[in-house]
Amino acid sequence: MGLELYLDLLSQPCRAVYIFAKRNGIPFELRPVELRKGQHLSDAFAQVNPLKKVPALRDGDFTLTESVAILLYLNRKYKVPDHWYPQDLQACARVDEYLAWQHTTLRRNCLRALWHKVMFPVFLGEPVSPEMLAATLAELDATLQLLEDKFLQNKAFLTGPHISLADLIAITELMHPVGAGCQVFEGRPKLAAWRQRVEAAVGKDLFQEAHEVILKAKDSPPADPIIKQKLMPRVLAMIQ
Amino acid sequence: MRQRGLLPCALLPAINVLCVLCLSPASFSPTSEQNLEGQEIFRDDTAESHHHSKEYIEINPLKKLPSLKDGKFILSESVAILFYLCRKYSTPSHWYPPDLHTRARVDEFMAWQHTAIQLPMSRILWIKMLIPRITGEEVPAEKTEQMLTEVRTNMQLFEEKFLQDKMFITGDHISLADLVALVEMMQPMGGNYNVFLNSSRLAEWRMRVELAIGSGLFWEAHDRLMKLAEWDCSTLDPMVKEKICVLLQKFR
Repeated sequence: MGLELYLDLLSQPCRAVYIFAKRNGIPFELRPVELRKGQHLSDAFAQVNPLKKVPALRDGDFTLTESVAILLYLNRKYKVPDHWYPQDLQACARVDEYLAWQHTTLRRNCLRALWHKVMFPVFLGEPVSPEMLAATLAELDATLQLLEDKFLQNKAFLTGPHISLADLIAITELMHPVGAGCQVFEGRPKLAAWRQRVEAAVGKDLFQEAHEVILKAKDSPPADPIIKQKLMPRVLAMIQ
Repeated sequence: MRQRGLLPCALLPAINVLCVLCLSPASFSPTSEQNLEGQEIFRDDTAESHHHSKEYIEINPLKKLPSLKDGKFILSESVAILFYLCRKYSTPSHWYPPDLHTRARVDEFMAWQHTAIQLPMSRILWIKMLIPRITGEEVPAEKTEQMLTEVRTNMQLFEEKFLQDKMFITGDHISLADLVALVEMMQPMGGNYNVFLNSSRLAEWRMRVELAIGSGLFWEAHDRLMKLAEWDCSTLDPMVKEKICVLLQKFR
């Protein structure tokens, strides 16, 4: 059995892993795990990842979780082009810096934007107050400003002249609120131009394919009541 | 603003102490010391307000600690700083093992810990100690209990998934993962809350990590944290105090 990737493209980190593997021609078996059907909570999947999350990687006897760790693993094992995670000490540190920063900032805010705007009302049937939604979108806005001012600045990509893992992680995060109908790139020409560059570097077709699911998030059928019950506590913990 | 020199890997815990220094009293008393390579380094006893100062913002626009400045190169995020130091100084390989699978385990923990360990541990310190101390009010018991339950759950996950029956996270030797894990888990000690009490396996691991670092260095790095209870917060900048009162409202 070769490399297996357990993914649901509804999830931002799954999209980053999917795009990276495909873009670099890394052969893998796609193992779909449908989050909206609660498949990540099954006993079978717990064998792969006891933390019950996606993405997960299985390579023979070796299993791995956490998208950043998975991307670094694929990067090292498959000898991909240097620009994804440069050998140069300082260039590499820049990527590490972004990958560390984003967990509690952009990732968190993009997740909250999607869930407060779309997933809670549409999928879980739970209304979200306008105040809560406004607060969430304001936090997202502030983080986008930081992304532009501290990381992108006047560079072509987040950490330098070439696309890296940082850009891949960032763009897949930003597509979350886009999928929720938030105009993330409106009024932000620098960010919009960066997005075009990232899409071009990844390949437009691959980028669109990876984002088909999230762009249809608003059309999620309502959750099965039993599944909703199982999902709620974990969702609430995830977005706090 | 003192310029930070470079810290050798033996003093790595000090980097994490810098995270705690943002909680220290509003007094600026720089200390300088010699590191193992005989280079002079400066540790910045930065106050709450100090790392919001204009000079510091030039170093780190995110207004956070720790920061590294190496000539013109500035770096934030402790995980990134640790990797940079390991690579630049070719530290012993056990800190960040070159083996593909072992290294992946370190990366996995380093990624997971941001939300699973660092954030909740820091919240305990705020909820149990800093907010009550600064605002004079307690956080509602329900929220406190919720926080503590989350921490207990994650400590269990840490034990079952990352540590298991091994001596250290990657096996027989200490790595960056153990270092980061332990300094984060020590945070609640500043508020007199010990997360190691419920599990002898974790308590033993904690001791092993302390000994591998060296008890002297370990407790030196944690000195400020352990003395947090003695902090006279009346010296705190009133604007900062106001921000913390706003933070308290989020828990109501």
